[in-house]
Amino acid sequence: MPLTSSMSWPALYTQLVGANRHATSLGKIWLSVLFIFRVMVLVVAAESVWGDEQSDFTCNTLQPGCENVCYDQFFPVSHIRLWCLQLVFVSTPTLLVAMYVAYRNHRDKRKLLQVAGFLSAKGQDEELETLKKRRLPIAGALWWTYACSLVFRLLFEAGFMYALYVVYDGFQMPRLVQCDQWPCPNLVDCFISRPTEKTIFTVFMATTSSICMVLNVAELVYLVIKLIDAILFWIILFLSFKLCIPYKLIKTLSF
Amino acid sequence: MNWGSFYAVISGVNRHSTGIGRVWLSVIFIFRILVLVVAAESVWGDEKSGFTCNTQQPGCNSVCYDQFFPISHIRLWALQLILVSTPALLVAMHVAHRRHIDKKILKRAGRSSPKELENIKNQKFQITGALWWTYMISIIFRIIFEVAFLYIFYLIYPDFKMVRLVKCDSFPCPNTVDCFVSRPTEKTIFTVFMLAVSAVCVLLNLAEVVYLIGRACKRSFRSPEDESKLPWISQRLSTYKQNEINQLIADHSLKSKFTVTKKSPAERGERCSAF
Repeated sequence: MPLTSSMSWPALYTQLVGANRHATSLGKIWLSVLFIFRVMVLVVAAESVWGDEQSDFTCNTLQPGCENVCYDQFFPVSHIRLWCLQLVFVSTPTLLVAMYVAYRNHRDKRKLLQVAGFLSAKGQDEELETLKKRRLPIAGALWWTYACSLVFRLLFEAGFMYALYVVYDGFQMPRLVQCDQWPCPNLVDCFISRPTEKTIFTVFMATTSSICMVLNVAELVYLVIKLIDAILFWIILFLSFKLCIPYKLIKTLSF
Repeated sequence: MNWGSFYAVISGVNRHSTGIGRVWLSVIFIFRILVLVVAAESVWGDEKSGFTCNTQQPGCNSVCYDQFFPISHIRLWALQLILVSTPALLVAMHVAHRRHIDKKILKRAGRSSPKELENIKNQKFQITGALWWTYMISIIFRIIFEVAFLYIFYLIYPDFKMVRLVKCDSFPCPNTVDCFVSRPTEKTIFTVFMLAVSAVCVLLNLAEVVYLIGRACKRSFRSPEDESKLPWISQRLSTYKQNEINQLIADHSLKSKFTVTKKSPAERGERCSAF
């Protein structure tokens, strides 16, 4: 059903783009790679390449039921379904971050309304608008939420790639499989439709998946560097107070 | 099935839900409707054309398919999702009713400027009083529908696993014939996935019930003279009366300010710093 499936991915996209305001630049690149190179390619490939995977799966036998059974044995889960599930699961940790940001905004709005009672109604509205439009710095609890979401993304990506590799014994689609499940009368040859095209798409999706994983790892490293930077800043500040040495002097001495 | 417009209708209710309610709504849309539309429908797409029986007898295929699959999994899930999402509209109707009453009171108080009417549209209601009961009833209906559909699923397809082979001997099949189901393993995987997410949704709804009851108890243990214990409509009327009094005071004090002529900049500055 191409029409309905292309209607659902845009809904997911709008949700993710909203959540992505608080992402780093690597996060924004990741989202674009995800939607352009994976979701769009999936939608294109799904109907045209894998559309006739079962109807064109032909076994060298007239025995009714043999094709069904052999198809089921060699394709327990179709590639397309695995990729759909992978994309759905990989997109969800971003919504964790969106939920945390919404919770923070709600909490800050409450504080603001308590404190800013003296402002006129217009002033209050302006403050609320700036609160909604501001971009939170990735620090404190938001850092942890963001880092957790990255870790989950990595786990899901790796998990699904591994599942695909294990179920299909690699990323290559063979032309011929040999099957001897009941009710097939003996060892029959079964031929897969469009094996080369499927191999090309599988390799492409695996490559983009790896690129996304690399982007996620890079983002995680960047976040850790930011954290170390922040810790070092506080250590230097603490030292400068304790030892009564000016902050600038300590900074020049340490670097 | 136009899930896009369904999504638009249901997500409007999101503003008046609790935090758990919003999580539940996201789970419904991402892990159930989206997965149903992009993945599950294509797995069950060829369920009838791929259902093959080991016989040449015309009609045997159709009869056996009908005997073993009275209603397809996909249709059951679509019905379940529609019925489970609709109690949220009860809450939307109650909120609309409150807004209507609000507008009426405003008009009676003589303050029906477009800005005030806009404010009413964008106002977020606290889940108290009658709205609390409506919300609670909607969650209970959700739970009932989910559990009912899980039970119906269990009745029609007792094993959650999809078998590869079914044996069928209804007329006009000549004797007991073997019929082969298409993609049984993939169907089992998706059945288990959808049932698991269904169970997660039931748990979320139960958590929301507990949370709402907890919140109500906390509110009732606060000071008994708390204004929020009054029915919503009396609160509204008293606020507007108070607002009218405030407005009168403000008008009166402004009038006295405007009788004063220009002041020197230094004096004006002093006034500002006091504020």
